[in-house]
Amino acid sequence: MESAPDPYLAVQQSAEFSGLRRALRNFIFPMTAGFFLWYALYVLLSAYAREFMDTKVVGHINVALVFGLLQFVSTFLIAWLYARYADRELDPVADRLKAQIEDDTTIRGGVS
Amino acid sequence: MTFFAADSTSTTTRTTTITLFLIFVAITLVITVWASRQTRNATDFYAGGRSFSGFQNGMAIGGDYMSAASFLGIAGIIALYGYDGFLYSIGFLVAWLVALLLIAELLRNSGRYTMADVLAFRMRQRPVRTAAAISTIVVSIFYLLAQMVGAGALVSLLLGIREGQTFLGMDPDTAKVATIIMVGALMIIYVTVGGMKGTTYVQIVKAFMLMVGAIVMTLFVLSAYKFNLSTLLGDAAKTSGKGADFLGPGLRYGVEVAGNAKQTFYNKMDLLSLGIALVLGTAGLPHILIRFYTVPSARAARRSVLWAIGIIGAFYLMTLALGFGAAAMVGGGTIREQDAAGNTAAPQLAQELGDRYLGGSTGGAVFLAVIAAVAFATILAVVAGLTLASSSSLAHDFYANVVKRGQTSERQEVVVARVAAFGIGAVAIVLSIFAQSLNVAFLVALAFAVAASGNLPAILYTLFWKRFNTAGATWAIYGGLISAVVLVFFSPVVSGRPTAMFSGHDWQWFPLSNPGIISIPVGFLAGWLGTILSREKADERKYAELEVRALTGAGAH
Repeated sequence: MESAPDPYLAVQQSAEFSGLRRALRNFIFPMTAGFFLWYALYVLLSAYAREFMDTKVVGHINVALVFGLLQFVSTFLIAWLYARYADRELDPVADRLKAQIEDDTTIRGGVS
Repeated sequence: MTFFAADSTSTTTRTTTITLFLIFVAITLVITVWASRQTRNATDFYAGGRSFSGFQNGMAIGGDYMSAASFLGIAGIIALYGYDGFLYSIGFLVAWLVALLLIAELLRNSGRYTMADVLAFRMRQRPVRTAAAISTIVVSIFYLLAQMVGAGALVSLLLGIREGQTFLGMDPDTAKVATIIMVGALMIIYVTVGGMKGTTYVQIVKAFMLMVGAIVMTLFVLSAYKFNLSTLLGDAAKTSGKGADFLGPGLRYGVEVAGNAKQTFYNKMDLLSLGIALVLGTAGLPHILIRFYTVPSARAARRSVLWAIGIIGAFYLMTLALGFGAAAMVGGGTIREQDAAGNTAAPQLAQELGDRYLGGSTGGAVFLAVIAAVAFATILAVVAGLTLASSSSLAHDFYANVVKRGQTSERQEVVVARVAAFGIGAVAIVLSIFAQSLNVAFLVALAFAVAASGNLPAILYTLFWKRFNTAGATWAIYGGLISAVVLVFFSPVVSGRPTAMFSGHDWQWFPLSNPGIISIPVGFLAGWLGTILSREKADERKYAELEVRALTGAGAH
């Protein structure tokens, strides 16, 4: 194994794998930054913008509650978007690469 | 309306609580014995044979995650302090996006039984596994202590045993110790006998009970207010005596102290620190991470997190109705009389709802008993998950890969894991008995802070940063772990305040109760520094293998 060209390195450097990595990272990194900043904004407003958060929207429902509920909405929405994206854009490529790797008998001995 | 007022009510409640709890214990023990017959090899013991569906694992994640701190704690904080309890719910939920987007699938594809499988994948095994095992055990023991001491404190409240009274010949203090021992004994049985399969089913049953209990209570509360949230909030604010302030942030966290700008600043920093630890801690909790190994594929791991987000999100939305419902219908004064921390708010609300809608005091007693039994089931499922995570790590990481350097049979490893579960359970029981009179509620937040400061940086670096190496991994874990624990040790939750763990002493100098805002950056920085200062070069071939396996699922266990 050590002296032969490494099959994992070969896959890692292939165009198809690079595409998969890019597709994954292009989704998860910006999305993570997005929800983290959105959450940080909520916590910061809770700490430093009390008057704004206490503003009544309708009846006894204030901005703080609406903002909090929007955190739930955004969490559900991002989860749903990711599931859809992964099903369509990531899984088919990953499955193809996986089948290719596991068919490759030189690798089969190397993974368990 | 007083809690456990009439003797007849109290007797009905006790008998019903104990009967229901015994039924739960009986069912879970039958499941455990059944699961033990299905447990033949190490994969069965550590990962439930990887045979659970996405939905089953999603329920089990809910059962593992929604602890007494979530159910009783958040409802109690909302009931007493209003809106601020909701901040906890939001942090606990949003945190799942970190697990979903960055961790769950990659971990499932590249690891086997423990968090360290992924951390040590491309590193030198012994130092990284040792660090990961220490971190796993520390996080789990902190969490365990909080749950078990909480169970001890709850039993006298939920069974209504007061000072000077006896129950089955036990005074309140004896009943506390007896509860801690019983909870400890049951969790040891679940884990040693049933392994991951047994533990998972216990968590599924618990999640189902908790959700049904919460849904019924929420419906009662909302129907009392004709499904008008605004009226409920208005009533809660009025009963609280704090008016509109009750519905906004600031009564519990980030409190503004008039005339003391310094303390106000610290309080607000503390709120930010708590918020960041909650959102980053979840995806570094070992007992949560090992749940991703119980499903057959990365796709099933994704499905299970989606289910978990749905279940946990729905539950935390209901904590609004439970907390504000308790504030409006029971009232903060009545709750404080029972428990100054508000932990009995949800059970007291159940009694009130039963009184109003289920045919008077008997209905109240029965509904209270149901919710009390749910609370005990909640604690049991969580402590079982924690015991399993720490014993798996001790056996698989420390014994098999550090002590025996990988030269051991699977059969031997599982024997060690069972012995370890027994040992960790015994240690947790003894520590909890010593800690029972101390205020250890802060330990849950500390567990999250350690997970976010030590484990999360190590996992993210190893998955996404090619150059990361052994020194980086150990520096990240120890740096995050030690900084979080040391800062908390010198914080006002451990000494220097009347509410501190050691209230009679004062060695406090760190002004915040939550260390995350310092210790999380320290963990990330330590991981980076350790990597660039070490002469060790990252193993490119192993990184290629890790990355390809993590992203494609090739060669996954």
